[in-house]
Amino acid sequence: MTQHPAQPHVRIYVPRDSAARSVGADEVAATIQQAADSADVAIELVRTGSRGMLWLEPLVEVATEHGRIGYGPVTPDDVPALLAAGLLEGDEHPLRLGPVDELPWLARQNRVTFARVGVIDPLDADDYLRHGGLTGLRTALKLTPADVVAEVTDSGLRGRGGAGFPAGIKWKTVLDCPGELKFICCNADEGDSGTFADRMLMEGDPFLLIEGMTIAAHAVGAREGYLYIRSEYPDAVATMRAAIDIARERGWLGTSVLGTPLDFDLHVRVGAGAYICGEETSMLESLEGKRGMVRAKPPIPAIEGLFGKPTVVNNVLTLGTVPVVLAQGAKAYQELGVERSRGTQVFQLGGNIARGGIVETAFGITLRELIEEYGGGTRSGRPVRTAQVGGPLGAYLPPSSFDLPMDYEAFAAAGAMVGHGGIVVFDDTVDMAAQARFAMEFCAAESCGKCTPCRVGSVRGVEVIDKIVAGEQRDENLALLDDLCELMTEGSLCAMGGLTPLPVRSALAHFADDFLGEVAADTRTKGTA
Amino acid sequence: MKIRTSDPTVEQVVRKIAAAHREQRGALLPILHAVQAELGHVPKEAVPVLADELNLSRADVHGVVSFYHDFRDEPAGHRTVRICRAEACQAQGAGYLVEYVRQMGLTMGRTAEDGSVTVEQVFCLGNCALGPAVEVDGRLHGRVDTERLGALLHGTDQTRRDGVGATPDESEAPRS
Repeated sequence: MTQHPAQPHVRIYVPRDSAARSVGADEVAATIQQAADSADVAIELVRTGSRGMLWLEPLVEVATEHGRIGYGPVTPDDVPALLAAGLLEGDEHPLRLGPVDELPWLARQNRVTFARVGVIDPLDADDYLRHGGLTGLRTALKLTPADVVAEVTDSGLRGRGGAGFPAGIKWKTVLDCPGELKFICCNADEGDSGTFADRMLMEGDPFLLIEGMTIAAHAVGAREGYLYIRSEYPDAVATMRAAIDIARERGWLGTSVLGTPLDFDLHVRVGAGAYICGEETSMLESLEGKRGMVRAKPPIPAIEGLFGKPTVVNNVLTLGTVPVVLAQGAKAYQELGVERSRGTQVFQLGGNIARGGIVETAFGITLRELIEEYGGGTRSGRPVRTAQVGGPLGAYLPPSSFDLPMDYEAFAAAGAMVGHGGIVVFDDTVDMAAQARFAMEFCAAESCGKCTPCRVGSVRGVEVIDKIVAGEQRDENLALLDDLCELMTEGSLCAMGGLTPLPVRSALAHFADDFLGEVAADTRTKGTA
Repeated sequence: MKIRTSDPTVEQVVRKIAAAHREQRGALLPILHAVQAELGHVPKEAVPVLADELNLSRADVHGVVSFYHDFRDEPAGHRTVRICRAEACQAQGAGYLVEYVRQMGLTMGRTAEDGSVTVEQVFCLGNCALGPAVEVDGRLHGRVDTERLGALLHGTDQTRRDGVGATPDESEAPRS
């Protein structure tokens, strides 16, 4: 192994994001540290979030005078050869990717909300400040609450949780409510398959979320905040809890935030494995210590939310974008995007995709650019057959729809939804009747049970699809399924039952042959076996 | 976890946990998580104690415990293996992992007869670009194939030194 005594304290970055850890980042970090120790080379190992190029994980970066040079995907077995080849100087090796910031996949993006993720040590408060942290909060604290709300409204920021409701309007409702006790609730129950941006933001830049929630507190007059994180995300829970403790020590939370009259404290609550608690009113019930049963609206949570008090409920990405809006101004953010979809969206490429990960870019990019240019097609190398956009309640779109611009209204007009920006790609082995059945099955399993269309309709949906595939009175059952979908759409209390027909109907509309039962069943995946 | 006679009773444990969380707003979920962390499950005997502590009906408490998938009424096996069956993992062959589990004579949602392992399904672990994803005792694993699942089920996984995720087609540089 080459020794580099002339270069003390070379800084090496290895992600601590749970996706990177799931393919060996901890083992790579440990191997690098051991190799350096035994060669008596001083290194500083920094554990960052992930840059979001997940097919390159574990991605190791080294700080050089030419910027951060990346290597990946690295296994522990690669480490000795990498060090021998001159990893610490950023030298050549088959795994060398060059300066990470210049990689086209990353350089073409517009990282706004995710600007720091993968760059900094998530729990290093000084690193956060060095990279512009707290600029938005300091700006906000100099403004009146009404001016902060106006800034958020002017930015055009819409809720990133899926529904796309303008954040500023929601905040104004809470601000205008009388009363001393108001709450800020961050919905971090990211249960949709194909979405992982909330998790990566919490693990990769937790202070940003704290900053965003604190700005919201100042804007509406709240003194207490809850961050509801799903139990499937233990790393995000641990990171957020640690960050909140550090923020309290630093005076970023608690009484007199940053020396101003603002008092705001923040608590993490962990869900208990219920998809429906991602729905805002179910989440509030769960936070109150009850079953996660959907509430009928009105009253809206902005007026009667947590414990009946005015409450801001926003998603992680919404609240995580607020500091940037305040720091850079509403206009800068508003200038990004198209039509009424302003700013950036954090798209998540998952499923059967060659280059999956986080693509943050202005609204208006097409699905084709995301799947083909960023994603590089399927991982299996087979043709893309469909992509489900916007989570398990989103539509399955065929490649002929891939030129649709990613824009809330354009998607809605096409009978689909942008949702949370998750995109799950399937190759040509997928059985779309099975996927439609799964959508109903999932709804049946995860329905809170309060309304009949969702609770019973989903069970009937599974049965009817089974009959269609079995060829039993196919036309009658197709008509019945259509009727059932209509009923669920119109009659359900919330989006769980109301949107489950979306994947079902889109599968039927675009892939009707799969419902004939006999079509090439042997080549279809057993994905839902 | 087995309760030995020298151990505190369920009632004592639950009352102590309830006391520690009582000041929180809507304390029941944090309390149930704490009870499960302490005892490995939420025993039926805990329900009336919690009802008493929180001034709720037994039905209220039972309703909450049974609503959430996380709370178990009996202890899990030595290892808990959770296989993601959501769409993104389905697209990458999660179904084969479920089939493999069945071939191993295990049932999803059950604990093996020898108590070694509990296998469950989960819908989304947030590792959608590196599926199929499997979680073992809180630790996430990506791109799991049947061979690695076998090792994870048997507790013989040799970490990840065998180069998971490093096939040549995946290391290809991004297109410009």
